Amino acid sequence: MKTAKKGKVVRYNKWGYIFLIPFVTVYLIFQFIPLVSTIYNSFFENYRSGLTQIGPNFIGLENYQTLLTNGDLWTYTQNTLIMWVMGFVPQIIVSLLLGAWFSNPSLRLKCQRFFKTVIYLPNLIMASAFAMLFFTLFSDGGPINSMLIQMGILDEPFKFMSNVWSTRTLVAFMNFIMWFGNTTILLMAGMMGIDTSLFEAAEVDGATSTQVFFKITLPLLRPILIYVMITSLIGGLQMFDVPQILTNATGDPMRSTMTLIMYLNKHLFSKNYGLGGALSVMLFIITGILSMIVYKFSDSKEK
Amino acid sequence: MKKKLLSTLLSVAMVSSLLVGCGGSTEEATTEEAAATEEAAAEETAAEETTEAAETEEAAATETAAADEGKVLNIYCWNEEFKSRITAHYPGYTEVDATTGTIGDVTVNWNITPNDDNAYQNNLDETLLKQADAAADDKIDIFLVEADYALKYVDTDYTMAVTDLGITDADLANQYQYTKDIVTDSNGVLKGVSWQGCPGAMFYSREAAKEIFGTDDPAEVQKYVADWATFTETAKTVADAGYKMTSSVNDTYRVYSNNVSSKWVVDGKINIDDNLMAWVENSKAMVDAGQTGTHELWSDDWSKGFYPEGKVFCYFGPAWLINFSMAADVEGSIGNQGGWAATEGPQGFYWGGTWICAANGTDNASLVKDIMLQMTTNETVMTEIVVEDDDFVNNKPAMEAMAADTSYSSTILGGQNPLAMYCAGAEKIDLSNLSSYDQGCNEEFQNAMKNYFEGNATLDEALDLFYKAVVEKYPELTY
Repeated sequence: MKTAKKGKVVRYNKWGYIFLIPFVTVYLIFQFIPLVSTIYNSFFENYRSGLTQIGPNFIGLENYQTLLTNGDLWTYTQNTLIMWVMGFVPQIIVSLLLGAWFSNPSLRLKCQRFFKTVIYLPNLIMASAFAMLFFTLFSDGGPINSMLIQMGILDEPFKFMSNVWSTRTLVAFMNFIMWFGNTTILLMAGMMGIDTSLFEAAEVDGATSTQVFFKITLPLLRPILIYVMITSLIGGLQMFDVPQILTNATGDPMRSTMTLIMYLNKHLFSKNYGLGGALSVMLFIITGILSMIVYKFSDSKEK
Repeated sequence: MKKKLLSTLLSVAMVSSLLVGCGGSTEEATTEEAAATEEAAAEETAAEETTEAAETEEAAATETAAADEGKVLNIYCWNEEFKSRITAHYPGYTEVDATTGTIGDVTVNWNITPNDDNAYQNNLDETLLKQADAAADDKIDIFLVEADYALKYVDTDYTMAVTDLGITDADLANQYQYTKDIVTDSNGVLKGVSWQGCPGAMFYSREAAKEIFGTDDPAEVQKYVADWATFTETAKTVADAGYKMTSSVNDTYRVYSNNVSSKWVVDGKINIDDNLMAWVENSKAMVDAGQTGTHELWSDDWSKGFYPEGKVFCYFGPAWLINFSMAADVEGSIGNQGGWAATEGPQGFYWGGTWICAANGTDNASLVKDIMLQMTTNETVMTEIVVEDDDFVNNKPAMEAMAADTSYSSTILGGQNPLAMYCAGAEKIDLSNLSSYDQGCNEEFQNAMKNYFEGNATLDEALDLFYKAVVEKYPELTY
């Protein structure tokens, strides 16, 4: 009797491990091995000039030195963060607002399902196709410029892609459009998880809807908010396709829209695994530090 | 037991879905496999066909392929152009399907990778690097290159000298010298041949010329654009009449960059030629005065001048540009109305062209030799290409005969016969200053200078950006 029971337990454990196998294999092959080999590669001089392979020669930390001394890394980190913040701030505000409206039963919004689908739709378009579309819309002789001229707002075409802030705004705007639907769904799920009796109690006590939002919804939403912040931050640091296509890989004007990953991509022309590896490791560290800051910042408030 | 069965089923489902997921990422590999099976299938059908064909066909091609050579010819290229030329003009070529054909009992495999995002070169690089270890039938036999990066391949041992194939200088005597210069390596060995010549000319709108200068006669207009000083002077007159001199600064770039007196890289150091700085100076002045734009070539804004409303005075390009790329088949375009005219412009230049190279290690040397000779030196084939495909071929006597032929004229150019001008231009092109870094340097130079032209950077900042971008592409260079 006793031994039979024990056997059953072991057998269940076995199934547990078996179910873990897919994740572990995928993780090892696609995450862990590339991670280790990237770090390993970053200590080598290893690139191709035409058809001639140069290296790999062990050069210690020289790749990191190159990256840290020429100052580009800092510029591109700044560009990436600026464009991320420009897109994320409106994104979180709009998402919170939409989430609060959708999850508020007293508003009795009609066609909820329709609107939820519509705001999610931009996310289904391929980012590069979306960027291509904006590139055409906002080109010097494109529809936006001709509309503005016909309406008498502009006298001559405004070169959207030749101005630092208009280009950055376009990138941020595209990221906002593409991601606010996703964030709305996440936040709404969080809001619907809040016990409705809390809202009812607040209403009985005479709280206004603004007070309910700031004193009840937001504090209880914190875990979801942190999750949204961190995933969006990591996604933002890896911003690539939108500015890449929009600026034709140049990061123009004067590389003010060049993100870290676009910079990484530049090194792949010469298959420069050494410098590319070092840059990836730096990116890994930057992402780690920033996520840490976000986490600590939102955590300390609770205490 | 039931539970066990269920959980086995679940885990199997999970693992299989995992494998399906993997399938997506290795799509390339599977398509290659698919291509390989297709090949095999094609070979079978080819075998059947050849037994039939061998009797009827005058074995012109089969004779040339020696019996002990490989039965598979692999050709790497980036578009359909060479394939359609072979299909139409190479004796004994039979098309099987979109990517395969046969010449006698040899199967021809076309490996076509589009040029976008450097994909063609990346694919070619990887395959060439594995060339030595590949099975004889998988080795590249022929690959095509463009002028901008020809030296990258020609200056290595991966490309075979044409003399090793048995092609002599006498065979190629009728070809234009510049087409040979591009594919001559640093030791002076010729490693490729081309059937095309792409000398350029300046195309201007006849209507605009009449309005501005009172004449559209090429000889008269040439006086206004005889050299760069008069060209920039004329740009003012043209702008006063409400036209742009050129659509973009990049239009004139090739004309300047083909006439440099030094290479992009000298002793491992990046070097900017004076003529390119002259381009920067003249272009900046023209952009500031509103005489030209800063659009990328091929962009919609650049193409606006193909139509009368675009108000662009001239474009620079070779015959293929005006024949195929300037919307000549669209109602209402200048080309459609025969509204262009051609003249030499300030300096001679060329644009484009495709070279045939033999890969070292090919197992079809004599067939490769025959293809090269037939497609680039056979005067009958050459004349056929001119007449049927409107190409400018790499054969002096054929082109000079066409130039003298009064019955030949171009409708797009309003009845002008521009061939004599192209012929003269092709003789004059001097390409002694090519380097294997040209493609990257030219691209980055135009990208960086755009910032200067648009006022987002000073000249020094733009030059710094250029150096930075080039070193990213070619880490071994310094500045």
